[in-house]
Amino acid sequence: MELRLSVNGRAVSAEIEPQELLLDFLRDGLGLTGAKRSCDVQVCGACTVLLDGLPVSSCCTLAYEARGREVTTVEGLAERTEFAALERAFAEHAAVQCGYCTPGLALTVQALLDESALASPEAIRHNLAGNLCRCTGYKAILEAVHELAGVQGS
Amino acid sequence: MSQAVELRPGAVVGTPAERVDAAEKLRGQAQFTGDLAVPRMLHGKLLRAPLPHARIVSIDASRAERAPGVVCVLTGQDLLDLANPRYGHAIKDRPIVAIDRVRFAGEPVAAVAATDEAAAEAALELVEVEYEELPAATTVEEALAPGAPSLHEEPMEAGLFHGLGQLAERDGNVCYRYRIDRGEVEAAFAHADVIVEGDYTFPAVYQYALETHTVIADYGPGEITVWASCQHPFLVRAELADLFGLPLSRVRLIVPYLGGGFGSKSYTKLEPITVAVARKAGRPVRIRNRVDEAMLTTRRHGMRCRMRTAATKEGRLLGREVDMWLDTGAYADNGPRVTATGGDAAPGPYRWAAYRVDAACVYTNTSPSGSYRAFGATHVQWIGESQVDEVARRLGLDPLQLRRDNLCLPGEELRAGGKPLDADLVGDVEKVAAAIGWDEPRPAWRGRGVSVGLLAAGAHPVSTATVRLESDGTAVVLVGTTEKGQGARTVMAQIAAEELRLPLERVRVQGTDTRFTPYDRSTGASRSTTLAGLAVQRAARSVYEQLAEIADGEPAPEDYVALMRRRFGFAGGELIGTGEVRPSGTGSYAEGPVFWEVCVGGAEVEVDPETGVVRVLRTATVADVGKAINPKLVERQDEGATLQGIGNALFEEMVWIDGQLANDTLLEYRVPTVRDVPDEMTCIIVENGDGPGPYGAKGCGEGALAAVPAAIVN
Repeated sequence: MELRLSVNGRAVSAEIEPQELLLDFLRDGLGLTGAKRSCDVQVCGACTVLLDGLPVSSCCTLAYEARGREVTTVEGLAERTEFAALERAFAEHAAVQCGYCTPGLALTVQALLDESALASPEAIRHNLAGNLCRCTGYKAILEAVHELAGVQGS
Repeated sequence: MSQAVELRPGAVVGTPAERVDAAEKLRGQAQFTGDLAVPRMLHGKLLRAPLPHARIVSIDASRAERAPGVVCVLTGQDLLDLANPRYGHAIKDRPIVAIDRVRFAGEPVAAVAATDEAAAEAALELVEVEYEELPAATTVEEALAPGAPSLHEEPMEAGLFHGLGQLAERDGNVCYRYRIDRGEVEAAFAHADVIVEGDYTFPAVYQYALETHTVIADYGPGEITVWASCQHPFLVRAELADLFGLPLSRVRLIVPYLGGGFGSKSYTKLEPITVAVARKAGRPVRIRNRVDEAMLTTRRHGMRCRMRTAATKEGRLLGREVDMWLDTGAYADNGPRVTATGGDAAPGPYRWAAYRVDAACVYTNTSPSGSYRAFGATHVQWIGESQVDEVARRLGLDPLQLRRDNLCLPGEELRAGGKPLDADLVGDVEKVAAAIGWDEPRPAWRGRGVSVGLLAAGAHPVSTATVRLESDGTAVVLVGTTEKGQGARTVMAQIAAEELRLPLERVRVQGTDTRFTPYDRSTGASRSTTLAGLAVQRAARSVYEQLAEIADGEPAPEDYVALMRRRFGFAGGELIGTGEVRPSGTGSYAEGPVFWEVCVGGAEVEVDPETGVVRVLRTATVADVGKAINPKLVERQDEGATLQGIGNALFEEMVWIDGQLANDTLLEYRVPTVRDVPDEMTCIIVENGDGPGPYGAKGCGEGALAAVPAAIVN
């Protein structure tokens, strides 16, 4: 079946299988390997991409569900001007270790910043619980996000 | 041995330099094995056994072989031409794919290679296997019971990297045994005023590296090329060369970035089966584990332990007796080393009159256990330290004072013939106690605990490195340490930059390709900064010495291009330095371990009196690193280990029902999220310059995982 959508601001049309997952379409079909596969059950957040600006788990989303919509992957996020601040904060706090959770986390954080959904320490903890990181212990990530959101305390 | 090095002002070592890989990782450009595609590559899927113990009566793969997209199906029959189709770095007990028999539910019995993953997956159902179920021993108790079904009957054969002395004769389902006897244990207990004893269990735990095991293999004429998410590429290379009868120079391991390791990617995992499928297919094949398959590939050993601790009424620790049984699953993997390390950690770093340790590594019909960060020490430190606290409680003594009075001091011998203590443990535990408010008033339902332990670290001390200075004055470091998130490439670049007097951005550290990268034993046991770092330091220093010789003085970086031109007569050429670390006849490496990794932590917890839910409010850990090459990365190591410690202590547990893993998704197996982060998490860096690595450094990153669960329990 035919799929038409916008990926990182560019029009894309492709032949897909009805059961094809958005994650596989992005990685194998378009070569956008920034989205990572890990848990397959919408727990870890490594496969997060933005669908019309909102984070979704692309491992549990059909590619066809994205028809006519705008998909943003980390490759597209990196082209946005706001990304510079996020990149600076994460690098300065060493909030990146193995880097496998990083693209999904970066997309989640940027989407939440855009929605002003990281306005308090509680909101930050609540809204980032869907992005697992096994390396950092989260402290560096929390520091970077507090700084980006202009929130004091932890 | 490293000699003392004077740091120049403005040096790179000792600064919290930003990671050299931060930008490419944040932008999604860092490549992991699963991001690579090799021309003509097929996709492999594994058919896994449904029963914990069974004889394979027959396998019929003919229907699967005819399925759309399928290129071949590998079974045990395809291994008959190999001299020995079994591998295992400690004990060669594991067939590449099941031959005649399966020993755990989830063991690969066949592998399908097809043009895409879906076709391979679909064809698995067409492989017809007839099993004859055998009685299974799915727990340590069942495996040690009289008349228990035996898992392995053939004579024990040591693996290439057994490294634990003479192999014992097969003893039922016990695959390895580690014993320590020191002093008169019975006499020590006879003089005791207080004896604490108990039975304890530690659950099996899943490492959960977010990137699951992924391997691409190509089998060309007389040559194997493998891209793998592995921590120890040189050891995997050796096992593949041994299995497939090729020289080391004809087996090539390429390791991109790793999406976490924590021990789960140490030693050999999916590489042999992927190579075997590629050999049959005549094309490159990729196999990638799902999470449920990764859980069945390796895990932390579950353990049962019986321990007794004896003390006088004045609070002198006299003796300890420890019996431990570690469940290594169906194959040994790293079980023997985990058992020995746990045995070494069991007495704890106290000045005992006597102690006895008997640690057994036991086969069961469950998935194999291997390495997980701070193995052995995490298993046993919480038990020993609980007993120290119980002694204090019964005697009405302060647990911190009891430790002060009994801990070994720097220079004291810990194990007969082993390296003496190279850290100030009393100072370390006092620091964590202060950080968690030890002397502050304690509100109801709150508790504070500390714990102290040691982990024999460093593994076998062999590392080499090459540093190449290019004619434009930039440098490339070739070192076999795997970047799995710990920051190895950053630390190695810092060391080389320091020695070459270059800014960090002019030094590039490459990933491992065993064809070009010099040998490094492994990336684990907290050894990389200490050993590979020392090799890099020596290699870089050699380049600087060559520059000094050309200059006939002490050149500055701005002179390098001109000096190279003077040497080679044009705008090309390069200076090459090599560095080597090996066990030498004298010095601390000969005594072993390379260093004792300090495992000291403290925790303040709150218990909800109605629900019993435990919340960790504050933690403190000590990174006793000798010298922090990059203090920020050291803190991150301890914070990561602390969260894993909270998971290990409070809620992570793999559950088997009748030999079947029952919680094999992250919906049922919970790992810590951002909500589990303590309100305060303090990492205290201690720099006493007492390590054997560059600038007096020694490894870190594991100790906190052993220390935090023990502190939470106390």
